[in-house]
Amino acid sequence: MEALEIARWQFGITTVYHFMMVPLTIGLGLVVAVMQTLWHRTGKAEYLRMTKFWGKLFLINFIMGVATGIVQEFQFGMAWSEYSRFVGDVFGAPLALESLLAFFVESTFLGLWIFGWKQLKPAIHLACLWVAVVGSVFSAYFIIVANSWMQHPVGAEIIDGRPVMTDAWAVFTNNTALVAFPHTLMGALAVAGGFLLGIAWYHLWRRRTDGIDAIGVDGRVVPGEAGIPGRDRTDHKVWIRSLRIGAVVAMISFAGTALTGDLQGKLMFEQQPMKMAAAEAACHDGTGFSVLSIGNLGSKNCDDIKALIEVPGILSFLANGDFTTEVRGVNGLLDQYKTDYGTHLPDNPIYGERAGQEIEYVPVMEVTYWGFRMMIGFGGLAALAALIALWVTRKGTVPASRWLMRLAVFGILAPFGANAAGWIFTEMGRQPFVVAPNPDLNGIDQVFMFTAAAVSPGVSAGELLTSLIVLTAVYAVLLVVEVKLLVKYIRGGVVSAMPELAHTPADENEDPTKGPGTGKPADDVLAFAY
Amino acid sequence: MELLPTIWFIVIAVLWTGYLFLEGFDLGVGMLMKLFARDNTERRVLLNTVGPVWDGNEVWLITAGAATFAAFPLWYASLFSALYLPLLVVLVALIFRAVAFEYRGKVDADAWRARWDWAIALGSFLAAFGVGAALALTTTGLPLNANGDRVGGAFAWFSGYAVLGGLAVVGFSLLHALAFLALKTDGDVRHRARRWFVRLLPVLLLPLAGWALIIQFLEGKPWTWAAVIMAVTAAAAAWFLARRGSEGRAFMAMGVFLILGSASIFGAVFPVVLPSTLEPAFDLTVANASSSDYTLGLMSVVAAVGLPLVITYQAWTYWVFRRRVSASHIPAAHSFLPAIAVKAFTTKG
Repeated sequence: MEALEIARWQFGITTVYHFMMVPLTIGLGLVVAVMQTLWHRTGKAEYLRMTKFWGKLFLINFIMGVATGIVQEFQFGMAWSEYSRFVGDVFGAPLALESLLAFFVESTFLGLWIFGWKQLKPAIHLACLWVAVVGSVFSAYFIIVANSWMQHPVGAEIIDGRPVMTDAWAVFTNNTALVAFPHTLMGALAVAGGFLLGIAWYHLWRRRTDGIDAIGVDGRVVPGEAGIPGRDRTDHKVWIRSLRIGAVVAMISFAGTALTGDLQGKLMFEQQPMKMAAAEAACHDGTGFSVLSIGNLGSKNCDDIKALIEVPGILSFLANGDFTTEVRGVNGLLDQYKTDYGTHLPDNPIYGERAGQEIEYVPVMEVTYWGFRMMIGFGGLAALAALIALWVTRKGTVPASRWLMRLAVFGILAPFGANAAGWIFTEMGRQPFVVAPNPDLNGIDQVFMFTAAAVSPGVSAGELLTSLIVLTAVYAVLLVVEVKLLVKYIRGGVVSAMPELAHTPADENEDPTKGPGTGKPADDVLAFAY
Repeated sequence: MELLPTIWFIVIAVLWTGYLFLEGFDLGVGMLMKLFARDNTERRVLLNTVGPVWDGNEVWLITAGAATFAAFPLWYASLFSALYLPLLVVLVALIFRAVAFEYRGKVDADAWRARWDWAIALGSFLAAFGVGAALALTTTGLPLNANGDRVGGAFAWFSGYAVLGGLAVVGFSLLHALAFLALKTDGDVRHRARRWFVRLLPVLLLPLAGWALIIQFLEGKPWTWAAVIMAVTAAAAAWFLARRGSEGRAFMAMGVFLILGSASIFGAVFPVVLPSTLEPAFDLTVANASSSDYTLGLMSVVAAVGLPLVITYQAWTYWVFRRRVSASHIPAAHSFLPAIAVKAFTTKG
């Protein structure tokens, strides 16, 4: 493989992997902050338990997002030095702002939250979590601004061959970013919703099969207690509330992704028509949305592809909001792209051996076509499952079926799949450009860059292959470790995140005369320690 | 001289200094997990001195990187691509180290802990060494062509300076961590850390002093020479203060030493940010590697607000967790009491 291909695989693998951790961090962070707020306001034990349990899983996952995020930042300079040189004046700023204004906040205040139980006043401790969570949301905004500039470069003009920022407001309020940001946030919440739903389902099912919860004559649950710490009636409340919160979050976030995705789609039909034509694998102009197309999607001649099932008018609706306007297909766009951006890569040394090669303007259609459908399909499936889950659990617990439980647990993966598919679609669909041309500008004003020109010229394929193998191996090992740890803590239930549940009642029984704070040595022990 | 690029050169120098000051001690504490701590309780004491703050400290590195990208894209692109493999090592080291901090205590088993202890110690060592090598090479130069790309293959960056810089940051981090532990712990760890600090100071600062002096001989200006001399004075002061038992002041003196040492190095190489060892005309400088004044102006406004804010809330964090950590503060290892013993996915229903 050539350096360019390896660098692209590496970027793809590390980014998709990083974005497994990120949406869970953002989504679960928001949910945990809400739970702690509920505890703070009501003082109810179940909310404290929910905060601790979901907070523990949140942290196990958070650290992986942090660790893999540094790779992303370094990678631009390491593997994509020509890209970095070209876009640095514009693209660097949101990245710098992200670390300075968002990531510092997130990391510092999360440290305060983790170690601050009992050391900080409850209200301040809660505020620290909110600050950290808001930091993570801002972080997402800045990264989306940076990415959106690659999708739709605005606020810059070419000076001495490189784009120079001329309008920061335009960059930071890029319409592409303003719709992609809520879309991404909603996607993150969808992940959190599915996560809560699946895990809470498992615990409710476990309580039923262990004979702790029974079903009364009216079909409603009768929560019971087992003689094991943490498996009391409050535990039942923890899981049923978590399940309902998860299901509601999943449904709202799906509605949110659909609304913002619709706006985003309409923008993309304008800004990157080829991406959307390739999402449809449509050769010719038309109005119908393909539900199933077959044929060789990778074929250069897209007339090989046949739409088997097509819904008339829907494509026009996605693109324009009506049912009749024709949406341009690949063939027509191809001619326009060739006229606007040339048929062959320029004879410039930055293209290496690719200089002078013919430009392939059509993205890999298997990826765009199925990426688009998987994003929508997985997202919709998760929302539907959430709706069914709410109905099925209306009497306070889940069915005894083991298969339904397994379905709920594996359903956790669906929103992850939707997120990954969406990103793969939008990034692969932008090819062959790394910075897609903004069609509102013409001729000499065009700010764009071919991916073929972006890779580091001084870095050998051997170096890139080394890092691809090393990072993939490290990521694979850590994924196994993370999942094992998550499973261990999930199986352990609330008590795994609250060891005090296992000790407190016993201590009280041993010495009921001792009031609170009478010089127990435990006062001096850290509430949380590594 | 161009004002905004010069300001941003100073900002980046400040970010690196902040990084070395803060993450310096947590990298050192990481290495001391294997070199200094005698048993699991001591290792946990060490770990918990930096527990709430190490992640915030590491963001200084990320910010230094991102600020270089934004303010000096050509510097960022050339340095990071030229040092491809060493930075890969730094990344892997930082990944394992970060995960180890969080995961080490999550399973109560000796083998599990031992593995993550190695991840923390080796990860800290390699990260410190790699960052030091990269910083040294950006002051002494890399074989870059006219486009700023490395020539000569994957290891063309290697030189004695890389090793010297690596050792400089490793040595400084270890010493800084000893000063930090003397200040942040109590009991045996505290006193031993202070003794080690006094005994090891000359050795551990030697490579950093060597790097600073070489740069002075190559590029020194009168004021940077003066900074070197003052830095040496600060190190001597740290030594006397530690010996006298003034742990807080000794730690402060280490900070003064770092600021002066870093100023002497960054000041001496200015205005060159990354020299080419092939041809002086290919040097990347503050003027030819920087972003536009518009971008730098925008970021200056943000940094003028953001950076003091960061320093304020991070200082507050240190205030919140100001208490010394000692063995008696460490809670018992959290042994699992699984509510659910049966494996739902492996047993038949």
